[in-house]
Amino acid sequence: MSDTGGQPLVQVRGLKMHFPIYAGIFRRHVGDIKAVDDISLDINESETLGLVGESGCGKSTAGRAVLRLYDITDGSITVDGTDISDVDKEKLRHLRPKMQMIFQDPQASLNPRMTVAGIIGEPLVEHMSLSRSERLERVYQLMDAVGLNRSFADRYPHEFSGGQRQRIGIARALALNPKFIVCDEPIAALDVSIQAQVVNLLEDLQEQFGLTYLFISHDLSMVRHIADRVAVMYLGKIVELAPRDDLYERPLHPYTQALLSAVPEPDPVREAERKHIILTGDVPSPSNAPIGCNFCTRCPRAEQICREIEPEFRQVEKGHYTACHFVGDTEIKTAEPTAGERVKP
Amino acid sequence: MLNYTIRRLLLAIPTLIAISLIIFLLLDLAPSDPTANLPLTIPPEVREKIRQSLGLGDPIYIRYLLWCKQFFINEPLNILEQWLGWGEGDRLRVLSWQTRSPVVDLIVERTPQTLWVVGMSYVVGVAIALPIGIISAYRQYSWFDQIGTFVSMVGFSVPTFFTGVLVIVIFSVWLGWFPSIYDTTHEVTDWESFLFQVRQMIMPVAVLALFNAAQISRFMRASMLDNLNQDYVRTARAKGLRERTVVLIHVLRNSLIPVVTVIALGVPQIFGGAIITEQVFKVNGLGQLLIISIQGGDLPTVQTLTFIFAVLIIVFNLVADVLYGILDPRIRYD
Repeated sequence: MSDTGGQPLVQVRGLKMHFPIYAGIFRRHVGDIKAVDDISLDINESETLGLVGESGCGKSTAGRAVLRLYDITDGSITVDGTDISDVDKEKLRHLRPKMQMIFQDPQASLNPRMTVAGIIGEPLVEHMSLSRSERLERVYQLMDAVGLNRSFADRYPHEFSGGQRQRIGIARALALNPKFIVCDEPIAALDVSIQAQVVNLLEDLQEQFGLTYLFISHDLSMVRHIADRVAVMYLGKIVELAPRDDLYERPLHPYTQALLSAVPEPDPVREAERKHIILTGDVPSPSNAPIGCNFCTRCPRAEQICREIEPEFRQVEKGHYTACHFVGDTEIKTAEPTAGERVKP
Repeated sequence: MLNYTIRRLLLAIPTLIAISLIIFLLLDLAPSDPTANLPLTIPPEVREKIRQSLGLGDPIYIRYLLWCKQFFINEPLNILEQWLGWGEGDRLRVLSWQTRSPVVDLIVERTPQTLWVVGMSYVVGVAIALPIGIISAYRQYSWFDQIGTFVSMVGFSVPTFFTGVLVIVIFSVWLGWFPSIYDTTHEVTDWESFLFQVRQMIMPVAVLALFNAAQISRFMRASMLDNLNQDYVRTARAKGLRERTVVLIHVLRNSLIPVVTVIALGVPQIFGGAIITEQVFKVNGLGQLLIISIQGGDLPTVQTLTFIFAVLIIVFNLVADVLYGILDPRIRYD
């Protein structure tokens, strides 16, 4: 899946994140919410991997689990050559500078009692030995990098707009020169006019600092804009992973097809002709996922085999992975190309 | 903030005048008789004369205004003149009907006992409550938390007149470790007398501290729990901070904001004296003064004491609000 040939920066294998459910008077362990259930993916250096899916499918949990903000249930995570899946807290703390996260809610994720300089500078206090003035200089540099006025350094988060707060969050994440950043729906809480600014800022910073992103979003058009490759999640599993253009133009998995058909088309003539795939029913509970394919309860193409056997997540063509019984090597050739197909060199 | 404080203080003046009037009217409605505690051999005519001489024959507004004049004008002027040595400073003061001594002197005499015993119990209560609340929240549903919850519930629901008598029975009567009566005349002069002072303070302080700690530890726990799940705590962890820093700097500082105001609001209760506990341990502090004045129908003392409590409550409400503004940058007055 990588054309650089080198080792991917982040390697996730069989990652599982189950949250136990306790019930009854004695709080017995009665089951698990399988928020993330056996996902595997690679993220190459300096690329952006988009992770999309509907609400509650486990995208954010996956993002946090990859950074070990949770104690994961099973699987392995390797970041920049270090296996972080079961290192202890103290060692993990020293690895934090390499991997950072930009959070969804820019208001709640900033400590209301700290000034901007405090928020951005705190990781520097913890992980670097800088003098006070050096630290302030670094804070100013970071504020410049994300387009915040230096005079804001002594203000508190509540005094800023949503877009500015997200910039503070980005500056904070950048403070320790990370290689890998998980962006957990960084634009979901922002105004549409601000979304583009923040996404462009993320792109500029990626170019400038050679960052690698895991970009989690439910906004398919934004992912199309920023991501190099895209993974689609449904009910705790990745159902399809492919290079961006490949995925948007020739989705193979029925869920991806349904998801993409829901993206509105700007041209009204084409929009009128387009066939929407309407899924019926609700997403099953992650504590009680169906046997066989997770999507079988809502899939328009489901057959008996889907309800019995879980499809394997496999490569069907170079770089294009999917988990569906009906997608085979033969299918790929007959899959009709969409009009205006454009393959990125 | 300064403007806000001044505005609030100015607003407090009409409030306090209204409160003093309400207290006065309520006391006047109460069917108490200042001569009721006198020996039964005193004939009714003499009793009536005593009442007249105390001023009870005057209409109520005269009595109220007289109290106002004595308390708001004469008392401060006397103090001022005595300090500066300008005049005699012997204007008519608010006099207790029971002892015929000035009420303010009585209060000044009794404040140290109350501050020592009740104030110390508040300090001790807060000092135990905060760590218990913090650990209970951090280890929610652990054994520590369960036991802490149980002890708080006990401290909260069992009244001090029960726990007070209980500790007296156990520690004074059965074990004989501590004196059951607080000796106010005791003076601390050397190590020996200091130890005695500590010993006689332990029981009342412990009983009251249990009650205070029960309340505050619940507040602390709830506030910590509120903050522990906030997104900014996850951010702090993602920064790679030490767990200690995350809990003590990020979570605790934010959780303390509401707790500090609750603690500030509780301070007037110290001055109010724990009326019942002072009674149980015979600490002759302000609470006990209030009780015996009510029993003796000593209206000027009751009026003055309750009014001072009202002033303290208003002042500490303001203190709590100002503290909130200082601690929480999101809150700005003006």
